[in-house]
Amino acid sequence: MSDVTIIGGGPAGLSAAIELRRRGVRVTVLERELQAGGIPRQLPHPGFGMRDRHRLTTGPRYAAGLVRAAERAGVDLRTGETVTSIDALHADAIVLATGARERPRSARLVAGDRPAGVFTTGALQRFVAQHGRIGGRAVVVGAEHVSYSAVLTLRHAGCHTVAITTTFDRHQTYPALAWATARRVPLHTNANVVEIIGRTRVEAVVLSDGSRIECDLVVFTGDWVPDHELARRADLPMLAVAKAPVVSDDFQTERPGVFAIGNLVHPAETADVCGLDGRHVAPAVLDWLTLGRWPITVTPIEVRAPVAWASYDGRGITLRVADIVHGRIRLTHSGEVQWISDQGTWLPNRSITIRRDAMKFTSRPFDDQRLLVDVLR
Amino acid sequence: MDHQFDVAVVGAGVVGAAVARELARHHLRVVLLESRHDVGAGTSKANTAILHTGFDATPGSVEARLVARGYELLSAYAPGAGISVETTGAMLVAWDAEQAATLPKLRDKAAANGYAHAEILDADAVGDAEPHLGPGVTGGMMVPDEHIIDPWSTPLAFVHDAIANGCELRTSFSVDSVQIEADSTVLTATDGRSVRTRFVVNAAGLHGDELHRRMGFDGFTVRPRRGELIVYDKLARPLLQRTLLPVPTSHTKGVLVAPTVFGNVMLGPTADDIDDKGATGSTNAGLDALLAKGHRILPALLDEEVTAVYAGLRAATEHSDYQLSHHADARYVCLGGIRSTGLTASMALGEEAVRLLAAAGLTAALRPTDELRRVHLTALGEQAVRPYQRGGTIVCHCERVTRDEIVDACSGAVPAHDLDGIRRRTRALAGRCQGFYCMADVCALAAAADGRTPHDWAGLA
Repeated sequence: MSDVTIIGGGPAGLSAAIELRRRGVRVTVLERELQAGGIPRQLPHPGFGMRDRHRLTTGPRYAAGLVRAAERAGVDLRTGETVTSIDALHADAIVLATGARERPRSARLVAGDRPAGVFTTGALQRFVAQHGRIGGRAVVVGAEHVSYSAVLTLRHAGCHTVAITTTFDRHQTYPALAWATARRVPLHTNANVVEIIGRTRVEAVVLSDGSRIECDLVVFTGDWVPDHELARRADLPMLAVAKAPVVSDDFQTERPGVFAIGNLVHPAETADVCGLDGRHVAPAVLDWLTLGRWPITVTPIEVRAPVAWASYDGRGITLRVADIVHGRIRLTHSGEVQWISDQGTWLPNRSITIRRDAMKFTSRPFDDQRLLVDVLR
Repeated sequence: MDHQFDVAVVGAGVVGAAVARELARHHLRVVLLESRHDVGAGTSKANTAILHTGFDATPGSVEARLVARGYELLSAYAPGAGISVETTGAMLVAWDAEQAATLPKLRDKAAANGYAHAEILDADAVGDAEPHLGPGVTGGMMVPDEHIIDPWSTPLAFVHDAIANGCELRTSFSVDSVQIEADSTVLTATDGRSVRTRFVVNAAGLHGDELHRRMGFDGFTVRPRRGELIVYDKLARPLLQRTLLPVPTSHTKGVLVAPTVFGNVMLGPTADDIDDKGATGSTNAGLDALLAKGHRILPALLDEEVTAVYAGLRAATEHSDYQLSHHADARYVCLGGIRSTGLTASMALGEEAVRLLAAAGLTAALRPTDELRRVHLTALGEQAVRPYQRGGTIVCHCERVTRDEIVDACSGAVPAHDLDGIRRRTRALAGRCQGFYCMADVCALAAAADGRTPHDWAGLA
């Protein structure tokens, strides 16, 4: 009997584990945190489980449900286990599901003092979940889905959000979500926070237009970067902008026996899409274990600006654009157009999906063939 | 009124801490006064973390002598104290014909400083040694004995060592007034606390000139020189083998790219003369300048993630050399105008303080070796065996810091006061996620350890 080691016990890793157990494979999940479940654990609002579990629930319930299902399925789930290199693992297959994090203030090179009161959404949500009320005025940097999740958390923490900033000319979330959470909050478009003022506590931020907003907290949201350390240390080829390991449509990496799924390969999709990745990877893992099947090369999906990157997810191909763009998204396979969207307006930071069943080609793998995603304007 | 001390050392940066440690090895009652809540939290925390051979100091200067001596002393002391040091070497990289032509002079200068191992390389050899350098290199000079060092543990180890040998530490003690009497001096803090001491050592760094004047003397003025630094993720570490130095100008050693003992890569510092001794913020102009330099020196570095940006203020004065003096009338020793080389020179400055105090009228015998206690901190460098490798629950995943390390950092003889203090003692929160995963947990552990609230620790109270 074969052994599979999955690194990361979030939605992607747990879903893959459950699906592999159903197929009779022995699975170990190594989770570095003391509790499995991943990022949804800290998101108390509803919006989870729609696509993969067909039931809308809150983040903690969704995470707890996955953990229970994994335990029931007989997954060997080990928490508090940190993997520092995949070379040391004895497994017939390895699935990397290490997730993604938001870029903190330092990685965005925001100048100024280094006072207390500067958070990412993740740090804020965990702080509020554990320690409660904060109070004061907050500026939220970014206007994508997670930014509005931060606004909800801030309200819960007794903070008044005084501004949301985005470098684009509109927000990048569902209008209903923006309306429901932040209709009274000024949205500063075409603006970036370029400096933080305050030597011990945050006092204000300075925007790129030189204006100043007084506040007590700054929350840097979104701008996801994969937790790709293990993948990088294993010398796996990476996508340039996404900084994610290159994978095939079955989540195979360049190294035989090593798969990568979840927000490690598409920073960042919702938890349920990561769950679908987990389901999709299971048969490919089984193929590897039983037939030893692996593509000769794993070719990155090429992109042309303004497409920033494209990778596979449980639904098909997911991509991001770098700017707001009007046109038709196009998928070309070895020079032949495979799929083209309707005319539309495409927003940065928003998931754009090319569904598997919308593609004309069904044979795989495309070992020596190239896929290209661009925008026809 | 506090009881009487023989010596009060003002300033618990790396220099004051080294002086206190050295004095505590003598038959002396020593008190170390620090205006901040924590030791090593001013200029010392934003150092470039290099243990210099002193090859490029001005021959014959006080700085050259003390850097050379300090290099020997600290190299010998660090391993036993748990201060991580790595021998990476350094290479000066010349980017035009003029810089390349300067290299022989620098080699001669190194020789004049007693350093004989500098070796001039042609452009090809430089490229072979550091394959990720940008195009346009014209030559270089290898300095194989430059080291990198943990700048946070160094003052901490000194202070722990001093306290273990009887030195008292007063933090949040900002000297407000100085009263020099016939045979003792009273130093009173802004909060009313005071200490009576026979002798005073000024190691107040950026504020050294102010204390010097309060003691009744003049002769130098500190004009802070701000150095901004960018620290890159550990995944950038394979891009270089050793510290990459620019060919120095008279104003500064220039922008360097250096590995750190924590496994990161540092780019900086800038050098701006400013007036505000509290202006430790980074600037957009400074960061842009660093990115431009970094792009030239090591282009691939800019593709890596940044884990930290900070600025440090060096205590520059109108003089190029250290401003050391002794004053028998006031029973006072001044260690002023010490800039970035103070880390390397720290232990030599400790010895120098003993000599200057003797010249000012204080002599004391060394205590017998078997009476002296030594302190060993948990080494923080990547080359050391770290606590997580012996088991233990990891709380900070980016830097692999265990629960016990965080609890220890918040207790003991020199406990952390804030998250920055925990960061300097353990590396927790110093990594790529900057608290995305662990900040709430670190605050909870710290609060449980010292009784304050998680909000206090997060600076949100």
